[in-house]
Amino acid sequence: MPAQNFKHALFCAVITLIIAYPILGLNLEAQGINVTLTGADTFTIVSVFLAAVVVFLFQLFRDNIMGSLQGALSGLSSGSQKEPMAENKRAKIESWVLTGIVVLALFWPFFVSRGAVDLATLVLIYVMLALGLNVVVGLAGLLDLGYVAFYAVGAYTFALLSQYTGISFWVSLPLGALLAALFGLVLGFPVLRLRGDYLAIVTLGFGEIIRILLNNWTSLTGGPNGIGGIPDPTLFGMEFGRRVKEEGNTSFHETFGIAYSGEHKVIFLYLIALVLAVFTALVIRRFMRMPVGRAWEALREDEIAARSLGLSRTAVKLSAFTIGAFFAGFAGTVFASKQGFISPESFVFLESAIILAIVVLGGMGSQIGVVLAAIAVTILPELAREFSEYRMLVFGAAMVLMMVWRPQGLMPMRRIHIELNKQD
Amino acid sequence: MLDVKNLSMRFGGLLAVDQVSLDVKEREIVSVIGPNGAGKTTVFNCISGFYKPTGGTISFQGEEVQGKPDYQISRLGMVRTFQHVRLFNQMTVVENLLVAQHRHLNTNLIAGLLKTPGYRDREQKALDRAAYWLDRVGLLELANREAGNLAYGQQRRLEIARCMVTEPNLLMLDEPAAGLNPAETKDLNQLIVSLKEDYCVSVLLIEHDMSLVMDISDRINVINQGRPLASGTPDEIRQNDDVIKAYLGEA
Ligand SMILES: Nc1ncnc2c1ncn2[C@@H]1O[C@H](COP(=O)(O)OP(=O)(O)OP(=O)(O)O)[C@@H](O)[C@H]1O
Ligand SMILES: [Mg+2]
Repeated sequence: MPAQNFKHALFCAVITLIIAYPILGLNLEAQGINVTLTGADTFTIVSVFLAAVVVFLFQLFRDNIMGSLQGALSGLSSGSQKEPMAENKRAKIESWVLTGIVVLALFWPFFVSRGAVDLATLVLIYVMLALGLNVVVGLAGLLDLGYVAFYAVGAYTFALLSQYTGISFWVSLPLGALLAALFGLVLGFPVLRLRGDYLAIVTLGFGEIIRILLNNWTSLTGGPNGIGGIPDPTLFGMEFGRRVKEEGNTSFHETFGIAYSGEHKVIFLYLIALVLAVFTALVIRRFMRMPVGRAWEALREDEIAARSLGLSRTAVKLSAFTIGAFFAGFAGTVFASKQGFISPESFVFLESAIILAIVVLGGMGSQIGVVLAAIAVTILPELAREFSEYRMLVFGAAMVLMMVWRPQGLMPMRRIHIELNKQD
Repeated sequence: MLDVKNLSMRFGGLLAVDQVSLDVKEREIVSVIGPNGAGKTTVFNCISGFYKPTGGTISFQGEEVQGKPDYQISRLGMVRTFQHVRLFNQMTVVENLLVAQHRHLNTNLIAGLLKTPGYRDREQKALDRAAYWLDRVGLLELANREAGNLAYGQQRRLEIARCMVTEPNLLMLDEPAAGLNPAETKDLNQLIVSLKEDYCVSVLLIEHDMSLVMDISDRINVINQGRPLASGTPDEIRQNDDVIKAYLGEA
């Protein structure tokens, strides 16, 4: 066993060297038209070797390190689980806490900076996306790597409709969601028979197809130049701009007789996103307790057993795809309105990956976990802007650590407790 | 009720089931026995629609069902258990039973979101039915446990309860006694008889436990290497020379 450990550790260290040295230790320098290869300074090379040593030591004593960490972690969680509260009481407390958080979220934008509110809106958009993807991946167990396509459909629906027909945000919101749902349904059909890796690859392809289509259909979508001038939402016909753009509308600050401030619009958008995110969460929460939600989970748990009990695989899978896409359409419409400008750049595979990462980090199927993870994944990179180059690296490391220590996610889904009356 | 005629199933070069015929009448327990690999589970898979048989006909309550998709067949009122227990492991015990009642529930999304009276009514009925069957198989106390955490014997019983909440006419059990201890097997024996007597369900049973089979079966079909070997009442089977040679003698 120790000999095997040693071999494994040595192997890992060598791999570290092989990967790290060429990337960090060698530089390509341009001198005139020639490119020369130069070694990095001693400091970098020493660091690379040090890193290899760290990897070696960690792998050598991995079992011990993991064991003690595991012990510490389980100590933490068992403390809180020792006394199981009555399920009803717990559910009540939980719903009070959640209501409290939503009420707080309603008021805090009035006390913070514009940038913070803007960022919070983005978080809420990701919350919506992740909740929607959670239906597909977490509940129905269908690994979808092209989810961003539906987000793009929602965003482009609003952008195009407003550009060509002048339709407002509020009309476009349901339209965008419905169209995205339709796309979910149509794209769902060909992948019905696929599972696991195959499904992931095909959905990845779909995501790319939509993006490439948007990029190349220049006459309609403007291609890589994107679409600008997407209008802001209005509040009962009141606009938030300094001047009223559309006839028949009034402006918000004049109606209420307050000074114009760019912040009004940002806060308004935030509130819309908040309401929609809460709506999304509540609707999906209901779904989870309804026959459709149980069917999703049953299909994830055991497809053969589900079919033997009369569940149609087609109907169940398509419903998951369609409903998941619907909420992505919502998020897309809000996003388009928030940015005022969209281009295919915003809907690259990386977005799908981030949304998926939120679902996995948060805990498949768990709503609170997904909200926490959305906050973490969106805000942390903003806080640590200096490290933005390493964002993906940190991301990857976080994912690996999660998979090792808490594969069930930050807050694994808890099952609902159902009271039964004894029958005679 | 169930009438299988000349059923054949070929996997590439292997003829796993060859011209097997069997029938089950109302309120009857019919067993299928045979050595390992005889093709018993394959017969089940054909009847329940998981495999499309390469030959023969299967009719259930006067309707030809061969080639129909599995979920439609189960909706006709013929449900099965599996040789290796297949529960929805991460779902709770009640949830397992609710999934099974999917088609008895109001699956309209809007009705569910708004909790219309019709929706609640059906949901409550499903819960009551679940409670009834959990009580019947002695799992009521464990209703909110995750199914995957149950003991093996409990999982087996839950699988049967999950079939029964769908209110089937024909219940197909694939080796329900496998892995059970003698006391559990005795309970299972009583449960199956009571399903027939009290709930008017016919049972098609695959089982290796000979005492169970001989005790509760009305008729027995023996298959060997995919081919029908004999069929008849337990007494006839016990005295059939071919069967003794091929199967009972070795056991
Ligand atoms: N999907 C399949 N593809 C190829 N061969 C199969 C398939 N399913 C079953 N078989 C073969 O068919 C034969 C019959 O298998 P089956 O599982 O029906 O036997 P059984 O009577 O249920 O046996 P046991 O008592 O061990 O459960 C075996 O030789 C098996 O290898
Ligand atoms: Mg078998």
